[in-house]
Amino acid sequence: MPRLSTFRDFDWMLFSLVSLMSILSVLEIKSATLHTRFRGFDHRQIGFLLVGIGLMFLISLIDYHRLADIAPWAYGIGLLSLVAVRLVGTRVMGGKRWINLGGGVHFQPSEWVKLILILAIARYFWGLAGRRLHWLDIAKAFALVGVPMYLVLKQPDLGTALTYLPVLAVGLFLGGIRPKQTAVLLLLFAILGGGAWLSGKRLKTYQMARINSFINPDTDPRGTGYQIRQSLIAVGSGGLWGKGTNQGTQTQGDFLPIPYTDFIFAAFCEEHGFVGGVGILLLYFLILMRLIENAQQASDLPGAFIVMGVAGVLLFQIVVNIGMVVGLMPVTGIPLPLMSYGGSSILFTFAALGIVMNIRMRRFVN
Amino acid sequence: MAIVPKPERHADRDEKVSPGKLHATQYIVVLVLAALAAGMWRLQILGADSYRVLAEANRIRKIPVLAPRGKIFDREGRILVDNYPSVSCYLLREQGKDLNADIPLIARGLDLPAEQIQATLRRYASSPKYVPIPLKQDITPDEQAFIEAHRNELPELETLDEQRRLYPRDGFAAHLIGYVGELSAEDLNSSKYDFYEPGDVVGKSGVEETYDAILRGTDGSRDVVVDSHGKEVGQLGQQLAIPGHDLRLTIDLDVQRAAEQSMEGHNGALVAMDPHTGEILAMVSRPTYDPNQFSVRLSKDYWSQIVNNPDHPMMNKTIQAQLAPGSTFKIIMSLAGLEEGVAQTMHVMCNGGATFYGRFFACDQRHGMVDIDHAIPWSCDTFYYTLANKLGIETIAKYATEVGLSQKTGVDLPDEAAGTMPSTAWKMKTQHEQWYAGETISVGIGQGAIQVTPLQLARALGGIASGGALKRPHVVFPDELPPDMLSAVQSTFPGSGDRVIPITPENWQTITDAMAATLGPGGTAGAVHLEGIDFAGKTGTAELVSHSAGAKSLGTGNERANAWFVGMAPRRNPDIVVAVLCEHGGWGAEAAAPLAAQVINAFVNKQRKQEGNVLQLTDAPKPAASPAANPNGVPTASVTAAVRPSAAKAAAVKQP
Repeated sequence: MPRLSTFRDFDWMLFSLVSLMSILSVLEIKSATLHTRFRGFDHRQIGFLLVGIGLMFLISLIDYHRLADIAPWAYGIGLLSLVAVRLVGTRVMGGKRWINLGGGVHFQPSEWVKLILILAIARYFWGLAGRRLHWLDIAKAFALVGVPMYLVLKQPDLGTALTYLPVLAVGLFLGGIRPKQTAVLLLLFAILGGGAWLSGKRLKTYQMARINSFINPDTDPRGTGYQIRQSLIAVGSGGLWGKGTNQGTQTQGDFLPIPYTDFIFAAFCEEHGFVGGVGILLLYFLILMRLIENAQQASDLPGAFIVMGVAGVLLFQIVVNIGMVVGLMPVTGIPLPLMSYGGSSILFTFAALGIVMNIRMRRFVN
Repeated sequence: MAIVPKPERHADRDEKVSPGKLHATQYIVVLVLAALAAGMWRLQILGADSYRVLAEANRIRKIPVLAPRGKIFDREGRILVDNYPSVSCYLLREQGKDLNADIPLIARGLDLPAEQIQATLRRYASSPKYVPIPLKQDITPDEQAFIEAHRNELPELETLDEQRRLYPRDGFAAHLIGYVGELSAEDLNSSKYDFYEPGDVVGKSGVEETYDAILRGTDGSRDVVVDSHGKEVGQLGQQLAIPGHDLRLTIDLDVQRAAEQSMEGHNGALVAMDPHTGEILAMVSRPTYDPNQFSVRLSKDYWSQIVNNPDHPMMNKTIQAQLAPGSTFKIIMSLAGLEEGVAQTMHVMCNGGATFYGRFFACDQRHGMVDIDHAIPWSCDTFYYTLANKLGIETIAKYATEVGLSQKTGVDLPDEAAGTMPSTAWKMKTQHEQWYAGETISVGIGQGAIQVTPLQLARALGGIASGGALKRPHVVFPDELPPDMLSAVQSTFPGSGDRVIPITPENWQTITDAMAATLGPGGTAGAVHLEGIDFAGKTGTAELVSHSAGAKSLGTGNERANAWFVGMAPRRNPDIVVAVLCEHGGWGAEAAAPLAAQVINAFVNKQRKQEGNVLQLTDAPKPAASPAANPNGVPTASVTAAVRPSAAKAAAVKQP
């Protein structure tokens, strides 16, 4: 395979959009932590971003076919690491999500498993390429995603576990699931979900409470209802133009819960209004469109699957997070990609973008 | 890795994802992002105004700034009632939090019963949410620390600095000053409190009640910016509290102190007044209570102790005790007799009593031949039985009413009693019966249905000694009040007011000289004579057991006679008049007169020190009726002996 990939073919457009997004993120984190003990998190975010960008360039140099080749191994190691978390993980506020590597570095396997899943699903459907999907194929795909998802749910970490779903959905959709099969699956889920609801096992409510207490270790004595209410007030009171940088009363007065991570979009909307919020949506739109374009131009099946997997995960996170902030979705504790503060989220996003870059650089290979 | 089949590259199958599906995902992205934008539109464009209001309500908190109440001073500007800083705990309800869930924690931290907090919450359920609920007043440093430490869990608790009333200790002047308390829901139903809100602290008795409008200020408020923990981070605006006005009373602290000391251990009342003006110089009622107990939280124990005391500690007996005046009434009888031209020429032979309408009325001594000059100092009942019989009830009632009996004096203190003056009309009205002439006889010595308050007596006798000039008693200088307040007070407390009754100068001289003789040798209260002071007065011993049997008796325990004394100095146009009531005290001369003497002594000594004029009060004429000139042949030896304190008992025996 000739090495034709060069940085001339690097997706500078996508990189610019992502960089713009990152700058807005840093500015809003700065504003949202100005009067709190988290002051200075914007500097740490810059650090995460620099590491992320470095990681992105590094990964963009690796042929994604080789990544797809090692996906089965990586998948196995991923499962092992999830099991290891259960055994030797650090328990923080009731959830075991981290493996302490020493020296202040914590490893969160579930984020990397997300990336591995994207590769594994791409690899799986690559192998099935063109064939009509049988029920067995679909069942295998479910198992492929279901096993790690179950392990992550048990940590418990509902938010991250949910982000595995779009990987499966994208795989099935692009992999050629038939409308009839889709209908049967949806019906099955409706029955299962309804049954679980009726039998009183409100897994979601129970998980949500656990997750919320983890996400907000500063104690959240006032319940998720209060969080949502404060978020709606923050977004709504921002109006058309917003209250201005550092001027959001909900953000600065500490009424808005964790305004630098999960509720950063509410903080942004309060200070920059509908215009600013729609601007962010527009940026996401351009980024997602660019990803889909990259998928269309991918030289082969696994490339398109991987890019669409990344796009699916990003879209899912955007919808769930912004949906929560504007009151259309329940509180789940999923960070907003490229906006929320946090190393794991940034490293995952940039690593994923690195693979996308590689796919783009190799689009003329065939 | 069995479940992942090894892909075969460049196999003869589709190596591309169908463009249609990718195209479809673009539509999905557009749709989903448009839905999110719609959600933002709903909040930020359609709901912007209402959410802005909510955001403001979130961060702005109206904190009341309580106006300190005006201080109360005596006539010389010495402080009687001060304020002290204190911290109260309030409950805020603006955050929409379920407060009921926090009640157990609050109850523990503030040491309050949970039921009480629930009851308070219910009481305020209908008032607007921005009204803070007073939870506990005058909290301890420990409770303050609890609130600070639980700012996160209990953001609804707010502390507020307040000024609290500090009253004199040991119930000093308690009935005069009164006390403040929180308005209850029942209070608010009264039209009197139309402009008040629940939880307002108002004067509930005494000067605090009458002059509440002056003493209370206007509360202000501060709009403060708070964070989600209720921590104050800034201030937007404020409305300053207007402090209440200070109030100067007519009370003289020195006289009040003397009065408090003299009344210590007694059950009754003492009031000292300046008859020239009606200014009250001292006002004491016993037993007393501690108003400080009322200004914060009244403990159940203290309250039951107060209400179960048979001697009525909460009653201001100077204006609320309505009792038979006994022989002090003889001054009014003398006035009536002299003004009617009857008493001047009257000579009555006292053989220890007399028979009227077939019934014997006793006198406690055989006074022999008695005229008006001796009738007062000797307090001869026989003389006044006879006089009463001659005057008739209507004439007696006319003069008694003229000097203010059976009417409120109009003193600027709440709940004054009017007393009773019997007459034919009164009896017809209250008992639907005819007046019998025989009933008039006991009225002549201040017994029977007649009832007076100590203040009424002081005003009446002080007015007679002032040549008939009766003044409206008051505890606050009228010219220091705003005109509208003055007229409001005078219409709230109607009374007989300022009035001059005509008294012939000779009669005036006769009565005042005779009152001075009461304190002189041979007088009923000769033992309490004050050397160098022109001290005049009249004793009274009002029997509680019926003396219809014809024999006079002091009685014992709860039926023991009430001791009265009304004294003044100097005898004519007095600067001070003091009325003393000792309930169940026995003889007026023994129990009551010495107490009045102490107060008058303190007053005169102070006056002399201030004016540097020692002679002024001793210039008064000597008592006209000296024992030597006694036309009735009363043994002089026994009367002169009564001057010395060692013979007090002997003198006391003869006073009714």
